Amino acid sequence: MEMSLLEKISESCWQIPAHGTMRVPVIIYGSEKIIQQMDQKVAEQASNVASLPGIVKASFVMPDAHWGYGFPIGGVAAFDPDQDGVISAGGVGFDISCGVRTLLTGLQEKDIEPIKNKLADLLFKEIPAGVGSHGKIHLDKNEMDKMLVGGAKWAIEQGYGEEEDLQRIEEGGCMPGADPQAVSNLAKERQAKEMGTLGSGNHYAEVQVVGKIFDEAIAKLLSIHEGDIVVSIHCGSRGLGHQIGTDYLKEMVVCAQKLKIELPERELACAPIQSDLGKRYLGAMRAGINCALANRQILTHLIRKVFSNFFPNISMPLLYDVSHNTCKVEEHSINGGSKKLFVHRKGATRAFGPGHREIPEDLKEAGQPVLIGGSMGTHSYILVGTTQSERLAFSSAVHGAGRAMSRSKALKEWKGKEIIKSLEAKGILIRAVSERGVAEEAPLAYKDVSDVVEAAHKAELAKLIARLDPLICIKG
Amino acid sequence: MNIDKQPTTSYRWETFSHMADIGIRGFGNSPEEALIAVSLALISVITDPQKVSPTSSVSITCQDDSYDLLLYDWLNCLIFKIATENMLFSAFEVELRLPFLRGTAWGEIIDREKHTPAVEVKGATFTELFFGQNDNQWIAQCVVDV
Repeated sequence: MEMSLLEKISESCWQIPAHGTMRVPVIIYGSEKIIQQMDQKVAEQASNVASLPGIVKASFVMPDAHWGYGFPIGGVAAFDPDQDGVISAGGVGFDISCGVRTLLTGLQEKDIEPIKNKLADLLFKEIPAGVGSHGKIHLDKNEMDKMLVGGAKWAIEQGYGEEEDLQRIEEGGCMPGADPQAVSNLAKERQAKEMGTLGSGNHYAEVQVVGKIFDEAIAKLLSIHEGDIVVSIHCGSRGLGHQIGTDYLKEMVVCAQKLKIELPERELACAPIQSDLGKRYLGAMRAGINCALANRQILTHLIRKVFSNFFPNISMPLLYDVSHNTCKVEEHSINGGSKKLFVHRKGATRAFGPGHREIPEDLKEAGQPVLIGGSMGTHSYILVGTTQSERLAFSSAVHGAGRAMSRSKALKEWKGKEIIKSLEAKGILIRAVSERGVAEEAPLAYKDVSDVVEAAHKAELAKLIARLDPLICIKG
Repeated sequence: MNIDKQPTTSYRWETFSHMADIGIRGFGNSPEEALIAVSLALISVITDPQKVSPTSSVSITCQDDSYDLLLYDWLNCLIFKIATENMLFSAFEVELRLPFLRGTAWGEIIDREKHTPAVEVKGATFTELFFGQNDNQWIAQCVVDV
């Protein structure tokens, strides 16, 4: 990104002042090094977002931002429904409620070392992953609608998990206001065989060891200690979310054309929150969130079953589940008052600070866990929301590394087989459907997640608690 | 920018770079040829189209007022068929008369050993979406989300 465009506010905060059609400034968080590495398109897209009706305070850019569709990935924008605010399908993304969840195991690395290969093989066998994989759960229309309303709560009612899991999921595992009638039959048909599937691309299920603790007191509150084994899942709302994105993006684009609304990018298309289209999208998007929560819950069940095969008495409680492609109605402080806003987080994680009412009682003192997935073979991180995050970016933080190289270039640079071999030499077992897919997901094709997390920590968007090192990675 | 060309007699396709995702582009002497070419480019994101035997078919019908929206619909219909029919495609026949697009895609059920599919395509997007004429040839292109 061209630094001359930016005004420096602090070492970790930069601004593009409002100009032209922009209603608010763009605020970018990150070190100078990180921002220099961002695409110029990020500044352009964040400025476009700043020009949308009803936007409040600023168009925020997280340290892991990159070029997206309409909104930058790593973008946060809040809209006021009373000021003609809008909701945007592009501001949520195709993979609605894509997110990360982490499970505790009570195991140490020495416990899994003797069975590591067998564990990797069984996880790969039991977790449907990649193109052409289908789950064992097929939903009819009636059950599909129940799932879209119930989310992870529905999944637990079907026997996929424990009641206690719900306390550790945003919105208690069930997003209110979901409207299955606003979800097309195409979307439902696409999802019918995809419940409990991982997907592909940067999605994964990973067995990790807690490699380093940065804050002992908070780590203790989260029940994590150095050397502990945890399991993390990164995936979203699968075909249903993709189809909702496809359907509503087009409807919003066509609507903008009909109303002769000039958009700098068609994917910036949006609808007033109070409009029929806005309300329908909101109902469908919330159903997409529930689909993602149910999907991660079923995957959790599959993973628990695999682990219990090796450790019959194992208990694998949920540490937390976060979504990073959403639009949620939240109360935030504006001009000394409190206001309900529609907060779009596109590739950004909610990061409520300590004491927030949405955080479960036993974690309130710590702040909301912020789970940051790395790329294949690299570290992941656990952070928590800070008190300052509310003031900085409506309680939002980073979501992951973000690509540094296109898939085509990665494919030219690396061979999947060599990557698998070199990671195995480091003690990291990869199980993947496609060697080409592995090459496209090469660790170095992504930005250094450690830099991104450090930038978020320094900017006080979230506080760094623990580093997770990969041991087994299941890829689609 | 162009990294993956496939020479053909009257149409050709390529993929192009996009930071997070991937662009697909088809060239032809007619809109139908450009559509066939970009469809092959779509499949190439997942697997080598030459690995796919055109043994069974699905029908696709779209209706829209503009070429670019028809392209968006066509590609998203193909993506839908890949997901729901569990198929990959390697041969296409299309008939385009605005506002109608009728087509048939030939392919086979996904065989993970044979096709080693690299990545799932979530959807065709409006980014770099273009379906029209340039320098006397038809071009159909967009970025797909993977």
